Amino acid sequence: MLNIEIDGKQLTVEPGTTIIDAADAAGIYIPRFCYHKKLSVAANCRMCLVQVEKAPKPMPACATPVTDGMKVMTRSETALKAQKAVMEFLLVNHPLDCPICDQGGECQLQDLAVGYGMGNSRYAEEKRVVLNKNIGPLISTDMTRCIHCTRCVRFGQEIAGIMEMGQIGRGEHSEITTFIESSIGSELSGNIIDLCPVGALTSKPFRYSARGWELTTRPSISPHDGLGANLAVETKNNRVFRVLPRDNEEINECWLSDKDRFAYEGLNSPERLQRPMVKRYGEWRECDWPEALEAVAGGLKRVRTENGDAQIGALASPHATVEELYLLQKLMHGIGSGNVDHRLRQSDFSADANLQGAPWLGMAIAELEKLDSVLVVGSTLRADHPLLAHRLRQAVKRGAQLNLINPVDDDLLCNVANKAIVAPDAMVQALDQVRRALAGSESSPESTVLSPEMPYGTQHSIALAIAASLRQGERKAVLLGNLAQHHPRYAELHALAQQVAELAGAKLGFLGEAANSVGACLAGAVPGNDGMNAGKMVEDPRRAYILLGVEAELDSYNPARILAALQSAQLVVALSPYKHHALDYAHVLLPVAPFSETSGTFVSTEGRAQSFSAAVKPLGETRPAWKVLRVLGNLMELPGFDYESSEQVRAEALHGDLSAKLNNQLKAPVAKPVGAAAGGLQRIGEVPMYHADSIVRRATALQKTAAAGMPAATMNGETLDRAGVAEGTDVIVRQGAGSVVLKAVRDDRLPNDCVRVPAGHPATAMLGGMLDEIVVGRAG
Amino acid sequence: MLTPESLKKIDREVAKYPPEHKQSAVMSALRIAQDEKGWLAPETIAFVAHYLGMQPIAAQEVATFYNMYDLKPVGKHKITVCTNLSCTLMGAESAVEYLQRKLGIGFGETTPDGRFTLKEGECMGACGDAPLFQLNNKKICANLSPETIDAILAGLD
Amino acid sequence: MANTPKGQNEVIFHSIHLPESWKLANYLSVGGYDALKKVLAEKMPPDEIINQLKISALRGRGGAGFPTGLKWSFMPRNYEGDKYLVCNSDEGEPGTFKDRDIIRYNPHQLIEGMIIGGYTLGAKVGYNYIHGEIWEAYERFEEALDEARAAGLLGRNILGSGLDFDIHAHHGFGAYVCGEETALLESIEGKKGQPRFKPPFPASFGLYGKPTTINNTETLASIPYIVKHGGQKFLELGKPNNGGTKIFSVSGHVNSPGNFEVAMGTPFSELLAMAGGVRGGRKLKAVIPGGSSVPVLPGEIMMQLTMDYDSIAQAGSYLGAGSVIVMDDTVCMVRALERLSYFYFEESCGQCTPCREGTGWLYRIIHRIEHGLGRPEDLDLLDSVAGNISGRTICALGDAAAMPVQGMLKHFRHEFEHHIQHKKCMV
Ligand SMILES: Cc1cc2nc3c(=O)[nH]c(=O)nc-3n(C[C@H](O)[C@H](O)[C@H](O)COP(=O)(O)O)c2cc1C
Ligand code: SF4
Ligand code: FES
Repeated sequence: MLNIEIDGKQLTVEPGTTIIDAADAAGIYIPRFCYHKKLSVAANCRMCLVQVEKAPKPMPACATPVTDGMKVMTRSETALKAQKAVMEFLLVNHPLDCPICDQGGECQLQDLAVGYGMGNSRYAEEKRVVLNKNIGPLISTDMTRCIHCTRCVRFGQEIAGIMEMGQIGRGEHSEITTFIESSIGSELSGNIIDLCPVGALTSKPFRYSARGWELTTRPSISPHDGLGANLAVETKNNRVFRVLPRDNEEINECWLSDKDRFAYEGLNSPERLQRPMVKRYGEWRECDWPEALEAVAGGLKRVRTENGDAQIGALASPHATVEELYLLQKLMHGIGSGNVDHRLRQSDFSADANLQGAPWLGMAIAELEKLDSVLVVGSTLRADHPLLAHRLRQAVKRGAQLNLINPVDDDLLCNVANKAIVAPDAMVQALDQVRRALAGSESSPESTVLSPEMPYGTQHSIALAIAASLRQGERKAVLLGNLAQHHPRYAELHALAQQVAELAGAKLGFLGEAANSVGACLAGAVPGNDGMNAGKMVEDPRRAYILLGVEAELDSYNPARILAALQSAQLVVALSPYKHHALDYAHVLLPVAPFSETSGTFVSTEGRAQSFSAAVKPLGETRPAWKVLRVLGNLMELPGFDYESSEQVRAEALHGDLSAKLNNQLKAPVAKPVGAAAGGLQRIGEVPMYHADSIVRRATALQKTAAAGMPAATMNGETLDRAGVAEGTDVIVRQGAGSVVLKAVRDDRLPNDCVRVPAGHPATAMLGGMLDEIVVGRAG
Repeated sequence: MLTPESLKKIDREVAKYPPEHKQSAVMSALRIAQDEKGWLAPETIAFVAHYLGMQPIAAQEVATFYNMYDLKPVGKHKITVCTNLSCTLMGAESAVEYLQRKLGIGFGETTPDGRFTLKEGECMGACGDAPLFQLNNKKICANLSPETIDAILAGLD
Repeated sequence: MANTPKGQNEVIFHSIHLPESWKLANYLSVGGYDALKKVLAEKMPPDEIINQLKISALRGRGGAGFPTGLKWSFMPRNYEGDKYLVCNSDEGEPGTFKDRDIIRYNPHQLIEGMIIGGYTLGAKVGYNYIHGEIWEAYERFEEALDEARAAGLLGRNILGSGLDFDIHAHHGFGAYVCGEETALLESIEGKKGQPRFKPPFPASFGLYGKPTTINNTETLASIPYIVKHGGQKFLELGKPNNGGTKIFSVSGHVNSPGNFEVAMGTPFSELLAMAGGVRGGRKLKAVIPGGSSVPVLPGEIMMQLTMDYDSIAQAGSYLGAGSVIVMDDTVCMVRALERLSYFYFEESCGQCTPCREGTGWLYRIIHRIEHGLGRPEDLDLLDSVAGNISGRTICALGDAAAMPVQGMLKHFRHEFEHHIQHKKCMV
């Protein structure tokens, strides 16, 4: 430890600490622009110059490591003179257009200029003007305001993992830009808005809509992926205007994915359902709540008496809150039906009987960064879990080995040590080979069943390499992603992953798909005794369905099938913030609040329960779903539905030690013998980033990004040839009775005999199973 | 995008650096590409970036940082005259005047027939031989006088 | 002049009289590569070589004059892994043109110096970063490397000694700032030439993050002489703390501009005479003694000085790279400064605020004054802006931009005042 003095304060700090970090820790503020705790030190703005005893020149506090006995003066005459000079230089070419700048009121330059500026400028020459760049639908630029701190550039290189912004030119002619004004594509791009200390990079959707100081900030939790990002929801006039990150080192640090940041636009969508609606004699009409709820209760009672309790099923979105899911399952159990599930995109439930708790990450989020070796099975990682992908990238930067068994080979923007890119079906074999290698039976490769897609040697040697990677290091993990969880042989993958983890001394984890995937399990939104799971409820259609936050054709494994089931039902009740496709099959639509308009709790993939309250009042006649379900319980004359608050519901839903209810281990981890791969073409149907839930689907700016573009049918060259279709032409893809015409795209990184056709998108909502067989032919 | 000869030259440059630092060859690669194409169009920069496994913006940063890359088409012969202090003291101004009159163009311009582009340059590290210009990034033509300028230009196609 | 000036062409240009002096055979004919052979044959301990460098009082010829022996001693000795030696031939400082001639006329001596450097510092690879504008020199250096490789002087197992060392030439492409050593490293790494903040210094975190020593061309080309003849002899060529000969690049208003290798401590008047004296016999007005970055000195002061680091520094300027820009009484100092300020404005890398914003500001004020739009308060403003840049930037380019301004205002303020008052020049 070193003893130093800053502004007369005696401090003891660790060797290697910089002056700015030591000062920050001691609560002494040194002005800065380029320094950011999460980025490398550039020391280019020179705003943090301080006086150091015996140093001939002022030193940049951000880049100067402390030495024992160092005496630092941050406000001495020398220091202030240097800081003021730098401030003057910064303003030389700055337009000083604060009144029309979107950053006005929350601009670090503006703030510091007040403290360090001279009042009037001595600069009487012409100012630089920089042409604005169009860098896509999310970020608006005003590059004349840029102060060249390069935070945005370093963010790309160091955090987003891809250098999309750069500083071109030199000297005063330097400009920050993307390559020839291309759009920025990173799923983390919005963070540069926060990082930019001036108004050069601002939010395009938010632009000109409000001033920072007019907004009220409410803490909230992201309703999207399983991370549980901490949000600051900013509102004005009962409307969400903006979403910013709240710092939480253990979860999102100071970052947000673009989905978490920009999806709020979906909350203000014109598709919002504002009044309850009922369908009578084939006609939809708006009605009041009592009428709608009576219709529901009456309809449910009729089905109970005419067809039996078990003819009622409930399907819920894993983006619903713990409170909502808990009351839904309580309602169902009260009715006498165990048919509740939230796992709509799951297709293989055969391990259910062996589950011992809620599947979860198996470790804290921050631990991902400390792994030495990790195997990820089945994941479109960056799209599904942008910030978990970032944590893994940081691990790799530290020297961790990332291994992959996956049907797609999307760029993870970091070094991947070993990867087996195989057809979905062959993932099981690949994982089994890793298991065998770890078990020490790798010497008899004959016993390994090989994927027909892969030349024998290749896949086997990759499996050996993955096994070797998992053997080394202290901290290791096997993680199952969304594609594994949706997989028709999920149970086998789960069992094999468990064995691999055991053999390697690794943790087993699940990358939770939705904000409340874990919470849904804890709340009991899974089939009860004799209850039907989501797959069964579709295969064996029920007479009545309650849908909580579900857009059936977009949120399920097999849209064609679930639509058929719903269309054949006598009663479908949809609780939803949106008027959507349910108009075609439902009988009652109940407007329920999205996360921003209700209180509730999400349990993140690391098993952390985070509650939030409403940021704004419900829109129109929208009501919080937990209240709707409470009234329904009462109307159905069920006991125990007299909650006063969502906290009460939470207390009941999440009582006791939560961590004891998280468990990834199957009771009897016996894998089925590995069967032969299915013939024909297999669909790789992942859910695109900006179609994963009903809010983000309606976020207009995100929908303009390349990532939200029209789905295509992507295949490798050989598969294209065999299907007799040419790259770039229209092809017809068919699953069962559903078919759609898509553009054929070539991607030679895909395995043979696979067609990548995204799910969760209206354009493919008539197709079948996300990872099932698919037929491709020439269109027309 | 580039000829096999150019690629071979680039590969020679790449070989000078550790294999994991192919990017080190980007300056030479851009130079070789410019020699072949006459100037660096965005596609050319992107191609070079791709060839060396770097992001296009990183290559664009390089192409816009160093003075001798031409990001717009230039004439068949690029004449870059040093006008820095030593050269000015030693007569660069009259050389510039003579060149501008003879070619009928100013700095940053190209003759209508596309043969010559005139540029102002910074110190070339050859001040002892001033006044001087650099021809096509390759050759320093020194001790300029109207006669030597006439002779040099007459020798160009 | 009757006598040959002391040290003339003693260390570097000793083969300049030979036709095609750059060819290996010619270099060998004057004892070239003897120093290397001596090092290899005697297995000279690196410490001994460094010790000789210290005795020699060889100071970096790139401008800063840092003692080379001391710099070499900073390289971590027991470091496992790659280390690099980098030669700085990015000569772009206005008025400097010596390294080009070293490469053109005696490339093998530089190569020999670099090999000895590689041996001493434990580097396996060296790079020579050659100024973009001198393509012909780059090609010549490449040819010399080929010759040396073919002769077994470079590459694996040099002269059967077991020493591995190779050199590659890296061609710059027009950026003065790349002469700054860390910008140069960035440039070799294929990036913009933006200087790095130090610490860490290149000796611990240099090229590709590995320990690296960077020296100027002339510095490295002086090594063989020191190794061959001993540090003492080199020291005695010059004066204490300023050992050896130095190549002075003389340009501007002289009758025979060019490079002159003479002993450190040679009187300026003698050097001026070697360059043929002031052109047209005019009056010597001012001299920039060390390249465009150093403060100008009035002619009268210069005539009293000897050409070495300490003497010039005492007079308030720097020897720099030994680039002597001579100005006679026809020179308008406002115009001269305008051109220099334009250079720094053009060449600022754009990374750090004071330099990026300040160099343009300086230039614009001087430009205004030169064009008759000066204001009385401009001179104080110039002084203040220059003062606000210096000492506050990442690299010394900021200081380099400020010093000429400060020097001009110190010695020729009256000319600037005249310009402002009368909206025209006094000369
Ligand atoms: C703006 C700037 C330009 C420089 N240009 C050169 C140069 O062209 N050649 C050179 O050798 N050193 C140059 N230097 C000095 C180098 O940074 C470095 O000190 C030198 O190469 C070290 O070699 P030496 O110790 O042998 O002098 C420059 C420094 C600065 C700040
Ligand atoms: S755009 Fe903003 S973040 Fe990027 S360099 Fe400029 S001021 Fe910094
Ligand atoms: S914060 Fe230290 S130089 Fe910018």
